[in-house]
This record gives sequence, structure tokens and C-alpha cells, in this order.
Amino acid sequence: MNLPYTLIFEKRTEDYPKWLPAAVSIGSVVVAFIISGILLKIIGGEPLRVIKFFFTATFGSWAVFSDTMVKATPLILVGLACTVAFKMKLWNIGAEGQFYMGAFFASLVVLVPMVNLETTPKFLVIVLMMIMGMIGGAIWGFIPGILKAKYNVNEIIITLMLNYIALYWNNFWIFDKWSDAGFQMTPQFEKVAWLPRLSDLAREYRMFSGITLHLGVIIAIIAAAIIWWILERSRWGYEIKLIGDNPKAARYAGLNITKNIILVFMLSGALAGLAGMSEISGVVHRLQERISPGYGFTGIIIAWLAKLNPFTVILVSILFGALIVAGREIQPSGIAYLLQGIILFMVISSDVLLRYKIRLINLKPQEA
Amino acid sequence: MNLEIILHAGLATGTILLFAAIGEVFAERSGILNLGVEGMMLLGAMAGFSTSLATNNAWLGLLVAMLAGGILSLAHALVTINFQADQVVSGLSLTFLGTGLALVLGEGLTGQHPPTIPIVDIPLLSSIPFLGAVFFSEHSILVYVGYIFAPLTAFYINKTRPGMHLRAVGEKPSAADTLGISVYGVRYFYTFVGGMLAGLAGATISLSVSPGWYSTQTTSGQGWIAIGLVIFAQWNPMRAAFGGYLFGMLRRFILDLQGPALIFGMTNPLYVNSNYGFFLQMMPFILTIIALVWGSRAASRKRIGAPAALGVPYIRGERGL
Repeated sequence: MNLPYTLIFEKRTEDYPKWLPAAVSIGSVVVAFIISGILLKIIGGEPLRVIKFFFTATFGSWAVFSDTMVKATPLILVGLACTVAFKMKLWNIGAEGQFYMGAFFASLVVLVPMVNLETTPKFLVIVLMMIMGMIGGAIWGFIPGILKAKYNVNEIIITLMLNYIALYWNNFWIFDKWSDAGFQMTPQFEKVAWLPRLSDLAREYRMFSGITLHLGVIIAIIAAAIIWWILERSRWGYEIKLIGDNPKAARYAGLNITKNIILVFMLSGALAGLAGMSEISGVVHRLQERISPGYGFTGIIIAWLAKLNPFTVILVSILFGALIVAGREIQPSGIAYLLQGIILFMVISSDVLLRYKIRLINLKPQEA
Repeated sequence: MNLEIILHAGLATGTILLFAAIGEVFAERSGILNLGVEGMMLLGAMAGFSTSLATNNAWLGLLVAMLAGGILSLAHALVTINFQADQVVSGLSLTFLGTGLALVLGEGLTGQHPPTIPIVDIPLLSSIPFLGAVFFSEHSILVYVGYIFAPLTAFYINKTRPGMHLRAVGEKPSAADTLGISVYGVRYFYTFVGGMLAGLAGATISLSVSPGWYSTQTTSGQGWIAIGLVIFAQWNPMRAAFGGYLFGMLRRFILDLQGPALIFGMTNPLYVNSNYGFFLQMMPFILTIIALVWGSRAASRKRIGAPAALGVPYIRGERGL
């Protein structure tokens, strides 16, 4: 086969323009949507109607936009969890399990109960639940952390296995010990353990009635700012990046890699655990099955798409929150997975555009 | 609880892991880490199941399952080999992609009953007392294929010329390149082989070991366990096969624990309260972790490592492996 043109990959020697990474990311998401649209058409759907539906169902009014933000909240936290770990090239695929353990530990505050729920102020109950959620996630991050640091065990498999273990662990409690009259869920939490919602203010401000946006979104944004500060401005963040980029140099520089692996894994787990706490305290108000439709895995995509930048994580999470809100009503349910897979593929393949210039070369001799 | 049944059923479930793990051994030996096994298995399970349903031919189902897994794996090959993308992230997106495709295309397959792979006895061998009953009777043909598949793979990788090329590309691609071996070609080929075997493993579930389509429950994390087994087996196909069988038997044993009212003369708590079964369901995953920790320590003691170029993209003329 002799084509008159050929594609040449040319290594970039100069720095690429500043706008290029963002343009490439946005471009790859657009391409992913187009490919998904074509796939949808092939299996007999109506892509244009789905896209129109997507925008009205997610950004069409304040109420649905609030739904989108509610879904974005755990995604921001989980995306940050993956960001922190990936910065050090630690493949924490276990945010899903850490999310469930966070939810479980936060529930302990209410279900044991750890404090007197009648007399303790709401503020304290919420803070205690946040701390417990982070502890739960951090414990689940500590296990792969120490195994990786001490015995060099592959963290991908360990974190994945821990996801399944966390699911079954939660199931045991909601099916058995804490089951609400035989249902596969715990009784509803007392109001004192609910994160404040905008709709709580509906009596004073009519516009907030029915708006389910809860305080978790503020917690998530603050977390993003803190993580940005840690990664970009603190000494520890510098160490994390150095170990991630060049472990040999880090070792020669005398950094304690073992300690950092464990700490970063625990921080990552704590963020995912906080997401679990925010979800049960802000949205479902009880521990039950399927509190996460795969947030932990979506977090991986979000972190990658955001190029491990905590603030970009917020924006990308809103997009994916919208995908989840719209995806609930798009059948069949596998489409959400499919779309996520395609987006991730496009994003990682598009990186090649940052490293290479691609040129179309005319092979025919130029005619004068 | 009956030892004969546990061993017999363990061999059947182990065959699933055997195919998937050996497929991954092929890919990783060439330097390509493919974490998409779960997605390829699920797609294979769905493709095999629906083909068998549509054509009334389970063998055709197997073939389509292998092709489906193989073709899906080519996406990973393209992105990691040509575009030098991160293999971990690409493998994960392959899992999403495979799972999504399988769920979308598998809509409405639940509850159907297509023809399955025939179950046969091996003449003469099946009449050996005990061993015959465990190894050579009432197994799906795929189980017998598994018996010979592992040693054949070991022989292929370690003793033949193409096997040597495979190892060379996985250990030192630049040297292989100098000898005129196509590094990209070899990697594409074995990623495809790994995908086909993962597809076969999926179809082994849906058309043979536990026939049916139960969406994501069909594979229920076995693809990930297979990847864990590869590390545990230190990239050796024979060890991967033994690991697979061992795991299959443990799984079956764990299931059987829920049955009897009495264990070792004591009341069986699992029988009294079936919710304790959740702890049993954790066991395969806990065992994988233990196997991995043990395998990693043994490997570092004996200084056996992963293929040197595993996960490293090859770019001709650049410093590196």
C-alpha cells in the first residue's frame, strides 16, 4: 500500500505553548464524546437527543445544577485522593474501598453511638464524623502503604483487593448488626449528624427550597486548596514530587522514601474516606449498599484528566458529576462506564501530542 | 464437604484463572503490563455467551470470545506501544471500556440458556481410583485443554526461538532490536495473545464453569486475581497454573464451609447466620494479598524480578532498556 502522504512523529525540542495542554485535554474529551456518540448511534441510540438531554438534566436549572454539584462533591475528594498518590507514582486504585471504610467509620459515631447525640452540638458531631471518616480511609490506605514500603508489594493489586474486602465488610454490618428491620441499610441517622443543606434555609430564602447542595462541597473545595498548598508550596509536597519523578535522586538526597510512601497512602486514603463521610452525612443519611456508583474509579480518571492539578480536579469533577446525574437516566447503565473508558483512553493517548509534533508529509516529489 | 468434590470443582474454577493468568504472563513477558484483564474477560464472557446463544454453537462462542478479548487489547497496544502512554492508566481504561461494552451489549442476556462446552470423561484415565474421578471425569473439555496448555506455554517461552524473542523483548528491547527482532511487532502480538486468553477465560466462565450472564458478577474480580497470580507466580506459566488451581480449590472449599450445620463437631456459625458468609467472600481477596506478599518476599530473596522492561515504552535510539 503506497499512500502519497505519511504521518511523521517528530520529537518536540522546544517547550510547547502554555495553552496546549489545556487545549489537548479539552479536545480529547470532545473527541471522546464524538466517538461515544457514534457508538451510541451504532447500537441504536439517538446521540443528539442524549446530548441535549445531558445539558438540560445537568445544567438546565438551579435545582439540577445543585444535583450535579452534589455528585461532584465526593468526586472532588476522591479525585484529590488519587492526585496525591499519583504525584508520587503510587497507584492507589483503592479509593473506592477507602471511601467505604470512611463511610463505615463515620457511621460509627452515630450508630455506636460514640457521643451522646441528644446533647452534643451539631458542629462537634460533624467534626467527629469527619475525623473518623478520614481515619477509616487512612487505615485502608496504610495497609497497601506499608506493604509497598516494606516489602515492595505491588500496590495496584493490594488496593483493588481491599476494595472488595471493604464492600463485604460494610455489607456484613448493614445486613446483620445494624440492619434496619431486615432491610439492607442502617436506620436513618439523627438530624444532628446531617451536613447542613441549602434547603435548610428555605424558610428564610424561598429560592433555596429543594436545593440539596450540602456543606460537603465547601469541605471539598477547602480540601483542594489545602492539597494544592501541600503539593505546590510545602517542603513535603516538594519531596513527594521528587520521589515521584526521580526516586534515585530522592534517595541520594536522603529523603525517607519508606515513610513518605506510607504517609502519602494514608493522606490519599483519608481524602477518599472524607468523601465517604460527606456522602453519608450529606446525601444518604445512613449506611447502605451502593453508596458509591464507582466514585473511587472515576476519581482515577478525574485525577488524570486534571493533570494532577487540585484546582482542575474541581472543574473536571463537575463535568463527571454531570455525567453521573445524566447517566442515572440513560439506559443501558453500562454507557457511563463506556464513556469513562473512552474519555480516559483519549486523554492518555492525547499526551503524545505534547511530546511529539505530528506532521503530514507529502511523499511525492514536489513539482516545480 | 467432600474432598473429591472440592478438588474436582477447584480444577474447573482454576481453569478460568489459568487462562487469564497465562495470557497476562505472555503480555508481561513482552514488557506490556495490561491491567485490563477484568474488562477483557467480561467482554469475552458476554461475547461468547451471546454468540453461542445466536448460533447454537458453543465453540463458535469461544472463538468470538477470544477475538473480542484480543481486539479490545489492541486498543491498549496502540496507546502504550505507539503513543507510549502510561500502561497502568491505559490498562485501567481498558477495564472501563470492556466492562461498559459488555454491559451495554449484554443487556437482556440474563436468564438465557445457550449451548455450553461439552463435559466429557477421558477413557481409561477416568477409571483410576480417586485421581480419575478428580482429574479425568466429568470435566468440561476446557479443563483438559488447561492441563496441557500450561506445560506447552512453559516449553514455548523457555525452549523455542519465538519464546526467546519474547523474553528478549521483555528484558532488553534495544538488544532485541539490534538483532532484527521487531519490538513493536512482538509486543503487539503478545498483547493480542493475552487479550485472546483473557477472552477465553471469560467464556470459560459463561459457557462452561458457571454458565450464564450475570453482568459484572460474571467475573466478580477474577481478572484482578489473575493479575495478582502472575506476580505470585513470578511470571512463570507453570506456577501460574498451579496457583490458579490452588485458588480454585480454596474458593470452592470456602463456599462449602457454609453448607454443613456442624464443622469438626462444633456448631457452624456460618450455617446459623448466613451473614457471616460475607467474611468468607472476603477470603479470596485476602488470600490474594497474602499470596502477593509472600510471593514478593520470596522473589526479592531469590532476586527474581519482573521482566526488566515491564511497563517501559521502547523508543528506538533513546537511552533506556
